[in-house]
Amino acid sequence: MKIHEYQAKQILARYGVRIPRGDVADSPAAAREIAERLGSRVVVKAQIHAGGRGKGGGIKLAASPAEAEALAAGMIGMQLVTHQTGPEGKRVKRVLVEEALDIARELYLGLVIDRAREAVVVMASTEGGVEIEKVAAEKPALIFKEYVPAGTGLLAFQARKLAFKLGLEGEAFKQGVKFITSLYRAFEGTDASLAEINPLLVTKQGDVLALDAKMNFDDNALARRPDILALRDLDEESPLEVEAAKFNLNYIKLDGSVGCMVNGAGLAMATMDIIKYAGGMPANFLDVGGGVTEEAVTNAFKILVSDPDVKGALINIFGGIVRCDMIASGVVKAAKAMGTRIPVVIRLEGTNVDQGKAILRDSGLAFHAADGMKEAAEKIVALVK
Amino acid sequence: MSILIDEKTRVVVLGITGGEGTFHAQRMIEYGTNIVAGMTPGKGGTKHLGVPVYNTVADAVAAEGADAAVVFVPPFAAADAIMEAADAGVKLVVCITEGIPTLDMLRVKTFLRARPVNLIGPNTPGIISPGKAKIGIMPGHIHKAGTIGIISRSGTLTYEAVQQVTREGYGQSTAIGIGGDPIVGMKYIELLGLFKDDPGTEAVILIGEIGGTAEDEAAAYIAAAFPKPVVGFIAGQTAPPGRRMGHAGAIIAGGKGTAQEKMDALKAAGVHVAVSPADIGATLRKALARRG
Repeated sequence: MKIHEYQAKQILARYGVRIPRGDVADSPAAAREIAERLGSRVVVKAQIHAGGRGKGGGIKLAASPAEAEALAAGMIGMQLVTHQTGPEGKRVKRVLVEEALDIARELYLGLVIDRAREAVVVMASTEGGVEIEKVAAEKPALIFKEYVPAGTGLLAFQARKLAFKLGLEGEAFKQGVKFITSLYRAFEGTDASLAEINPLLVTKQGDVLALDAKMNFDDNALARRPDILALRDLDEESPLEVEAAKFNLNYIKLDGSVGCMVNGAGLAMATMDIIKYAGGMPANFLDVGGGVTEEAVTNAFKILVSDPDVKGALINIFGGIVRCDMIASGVVKAAKAMGTRIPVVIRLEGTNVDQGKAILRDSGLAFHAADGMKEAAEKIVALVK
Repeated sequence: MSILIDEKTRVVVLGITGGEGTFHAQRMIEYGTNIVAGMTPGKGGTKHLGVPVYNTVADAVAAEGADAAVVFVPPFAAADAIMEAADAGVKLVVCITEGIPTLDMLRVKTFLRARPVNLIGPNTPGIISPGKAKIGIMPGHIHKAGTIGIISRSGTLTYEAVQQVTREGYGQSTAIGIGGDPIVGMKYIELLGLFKDDPGTEAVILIGEIGGTAEDEAAAYIAAAFPKPVVGFIAGQTAPPGRRMGHAGAIIAGGKGTAQEKMDALKAAGVHVAVSPADIGATLRKALARRG
């Protein structure tokens, strides 16, 4: 799960990570008040779940509270387009108003799970303010890593090593070590999957602060982190994806025209692949899961066909624990309720396959049956063309 | 022949009295798996499905000689269950549970390092040596005893491969789901090592997906040290970057872990790569024919 920058900074502050003074505003007037309270030049930052906000006009400097108000008025309500939002952009609902600081150095600090090393890795770099992937590709020697032992957590010497590698000295070294240690505690304490401070700021006064902050969280842990789950912003997510999640369905909207509904994530990806192999493009990823109920199948089918981009649907079920007859009745119910404005190809295999096929045949609905994934994909691609 | 499990494997089921545990323990017993005990804290001394239930895995190991454990406990308790089983001295732990937090799994992996135990999963359909034993939730009836080893990160896609293999007239020595999570127990390399030494396995099907580098590591191992034919398929050729495709581990992060990278790595290692998931069986037939 993703959260906004201001939310990440509030979490980090609770763990002792230093952040600039500031507050979040949902109106121009509120932005002005915050700027007045701060009593200095401020930065107004649009809050959306995407990077690249500066280039898109979502981060601006204000010399006075009146200017902060005017900038906030321009940002709140706008569709902010960045390289991560897609061409339609994302609607800005709030801005973060923060004190402007005297920048001496911009560094990078990031925590992620390293899957190959099976450890949390703390990455630091002297090259802050640019994407870390770019640094990794062009100047890998400037990225310093410490792998955290899962039994002990990040050790003090590891934080010191990184602070020395970043070239921090005196007061900035002390603050840097505390920053790194606190950031790790925030990561572990919230079941984060990513915590990225880019840039990590060193001021001319030697203070070390998070100028930007990005945190993502392990979806598997959200049920035991209700305070984190409460930060979810459904407006940032696709409405169909939110609807699907209510029924424990894994749905991701894509660009193509062939909708698909599959049991199992691997088979769902493979079904998308074979649609492309047959000359079409998948409109979505949809995994109905292993413990799927007839109701969930009905809802899955509704979500699938309510996407206006979908010109035809492919249902690919390999029944193991999931019974084909149950899937078939769910689909029939949904199709009867909604009407079938589009062609539907169904491939059933595995447990109770014959009963499932009979239910489809006797439904009176014009489903297209297919044997095997290949035939199913070729049929649906031909039908949507 | 088979790897890791056979008809002699003595299995304790963790969470046997729960809904999932009961349902699948019953099916494993029907398949012929030697289920010798169950474990549910507080239910020790009772019987469930005709099997004695113990309060701890250590008790089940001491009383029934269990040497493998299968975990059906809920996600937030599953890491503890894996570690309890490992601590009790079983040689193999299969964790079916989906949804275990990643940081819990990092602790599990650290705990297991000091112990002589193999972990399969979590978030796996399990492992089956057809005709001998299944420890997991896969439908037993689609499998057939034979000489093809299967290693996969998926569930139903593995069933698809199993069916294609069977339709080509081959069976499986052992089929293993290594799990769809970012942090899992045994990965391709360790299992390929076991298949290499198993005279009953003549070829291996490796089914991967986007995310992580396990397939690339497997490719390097195959090129250096694996003499038997390998057929590969990678799911997620059309998956967008940055989105988690169902499995917690199936995500292209920072432009890394794409299907194309993995297919290229496998091809370069001499693996027979099926581009279409419908061609896994046919690719196997050709690979074995080429060998003569």
